[in-house]
Formats: sequence, structure tokens, C-alpha cells
Amino acid sequence: MKKTTMNSDVLDALSLPDLCRFCQADETWVIELVEHGVIDPMGSTSGNWRFVGASIARAKKARRLNRDLGINIAGVALVLDLLEERDAMMRRLARYETI
Amino acid sequence: MEFKDYYKVLGVARDATADEIKKAFRKGARKYHPDINAGADAEAMFKDVNEAYEVLKDPERRAAYDQLGKEPPQGQGRYQPPPDWDNGFAFSEGGPQGDEGFSDFFETLFRRGSGPTGGMRMGSGRGADSHGRVEISIEDAYSGADRILSLRSPVVGPNGTVTMQDRKVSVHVPKGVSAGQHIRLAGQGAPGAKAAGDLFLEVAFAPHPIYRPEGKDLYLDLPIAPWEAALGGHVVMPTPGGKVDLRIPENARSGQKMRLKGKGLPGTPAGNIYATLKIVNPKVETEEARAFFEKMAKDLAFDPRAGLGGK
Repeated sequence: MKKTTMNSDVLDALSLPDLCRFCQADETWVIELVEHGVIDPMGSTSGNWRFVGASIARAKKARRLNRDLGINIAGVALVLDLLEERDAMMRRLARYETI
Repeated sequence: MEFKDYYKVLGVARDATADEIKKAFRKGARKYHPDINAGADAEAMFKDVNEAYEVLKDPERRAAYDQLGKEPPQGQGRYQPPPDWDNGFAFSEGGPQGDEGFSDFFETLFRRGSGPTGGMRMGSGRGADSHGRVEISIEDAYSGADRILSLRSPVVGPNGTVTMQDRKVSVHVPKGVSAGQHIRLAGQGAPGAKAAGDLFLEVAFAPHPIYRPEGKDLYLDLPIAPWEAALGGHVVMPTPGGKVDLRIPENARSGQKMRLKGKGLPGTPAGNIYATLKIVNPKVETEEARAFFEKMAKDLAFDPRAGLGGK
């Protein structure tokens, strides 16, 4: 058992290769995610794309759903949208249930 | 270790066909996928379903597992596989790639082979990245927090055997993080020939009795007294960032939403706090209080059900 202390940094503004490494996916797959509007990079060309905050978490979720359940990109896009809708409704519901 | 009934996990009969097993696995994986099912047990169930399928989908492994029989006779307590239980079966070692291992039961029975198990990445010589989660409280997000995480990962020993190793890693969660963000710990992933991979931790907020986070904003119900609602005025409200002064408008309604700009989770820009007013009545326990309410009932011409219509 080793105890280590080290610096940690918060992931932000990942480049395309960084994001690929992070979700263990290849560039074509990530580019397709962008084309389906699942994630939204800043920057005009794929060379200077920067992925921030929510896009990073969404890309990871998309990758897991694709890998674990075999869902294709269009399906992943739909699932993520519906999940977000569901979560928003659950939050609203929780608000009414406490009143 | 605990005996795992893989047929029970998948909800299939012991003589189920390969197709039935695949179907049951797909159904279970969909149902318990941690990205879809937010339930507390979903992640463990998802892992169990995957582990069960890993064994039952492979004819050799399934046959070896069936050899073990059902739940051990004196089911309680620790399970020991009979010696030479896998005699005559040839299966390659399995298990998830990277991240965490399966149960001790699985690791003992099916993962004794040699060779890289997700740890090493071919070519680059850099170890694989690991992913995990770190849970912090909303208060921690205002101040930053230090955590010590216990991680368990498969390690390939010098003689090629794979063992599960526990290690502790300390992590600093900086002030201003929000749920869903990731923290990178360089070099804390799986070891590799040249360099270790990184460890990525997804930040999650522990459920809070008062605040409901949404991005950088916090929502809460703010209890106020009937006279505070009727007369308006200033109330002092505690927040994770310190006490703030909130002005209640005259004749405030229950359910009315107040915004405290910039008092939410820190950041650039900081989030807001949204307080939903909730008028609470004092409990009538004394004669004075009773007399007071009776006077209100007599003197105030107020019909709370006027809007209901009807006769």
C-alpha cells in the first residue's frame, strides 16, 4: 500500500487527441459525435478544437453506452438527450415532492 | 470469498441456451447500466451481470463453472472451490480490461493466466488510463477538499500471475468544481513499461439534505414565517459560502422564487442560489398563541379557498 501525494488538475479544454485518449476512442468516432451534435467543441477546425466541461462528460458517457450496450452514434445521441430530459424532470419532481 | 450464482444474476435456468443467456445479459446490461440507472445498487448489479455473462458465454468456462455445482451446501460463510475443479477445461483468462476487477470469486477461479490484462498498452509502453469517481459534498465545492481514495487494480507480478492490489491515493479537489467534471491524477493509472497511465476521477456531489445542485446553481426551499411573508423584510439565510441577507417582498407567496446572484457554486462566473419560499406556520402550543390565531381568524376577512369557485 503506497501513499502518494501529488498535484491534480481539473480537465478542461481538451484537444481532439486528448479527448480520444480520455474516452479510449479513435478520432473518427469523436468527429462523428460532433457531427451528430452530441458534443460541441469550441474552435473552427478539428485541429484547434477545444472540448470543455459538459462535452467531456457527455463524450465519456457516449463511449460507455456505445461500448457496454452496443448502441450506435445516432442511438447514443438520442439516449443522452432523453436522459438529460429525464434528469431535469426528476429534479423538478423532487422539488414538488419536498413542498 | 462469496459464491456467485451467475444463473441467478442473469435470471436464467441452469440449462438455458446460449441465446437465452445473451438475451438476459443484454436486458440486464440495459437495465443496470450506471449511466442510465441512477440507483445506488445499479453499478454493482451491472458489474455482476457482466461478470456472469463473461463466464456463461464461454462454453469452456461455463462447463467448468457448472462443475462447481450449485450454492455450497452450508451456503453461509466463505466459499472454497474444490481442488482441481477446473481439471480438463481450457479457458483463457478473462475479466474486464483496465479499471477494476471482477469479484474475488471470479478472480480466483478464472484469472490466473499470465500476460497483460488491460494494464499494458502495446506499442507506446505507457500504461492504460484508469477511471474512477470521487464524491464530495456541496460545501467541499466551496472550499476545496482533500480525499484519500482506496483503489483496487489488477497487477501483473514478476512471474506472470495477476493479483489484485490495493493502494491509497490522495487527491485534492479544487474549489469550484461541479458535478461531472473530471480531475486528472497524472501517473496514477495502470503501470506500463515506460510510464504509468493517468487516473481520471469524475466528481459527483453527495446528496444534500438542503441543496439541489444544477450545474453551478443551487436550489433550495427557504422556510419563512407567515408574518415575514406578509410584511416582507430582511431575513438572514445561511449558505455554504456564508450568511447572506435576503429581502423578502411584501405579501410574498409560498412557491415564489428568489435569486441570490453569484452565491451558488464558485467559478467564473459563479452560480446563483434559487430559494423557493415556503411559508411555515408556528405550532400553536400556548394559550397566547391560540388567542392570537383566533383573533386573526375573527379580524381578517380572508378566504383562502375563494379561488376554488363552486357554491
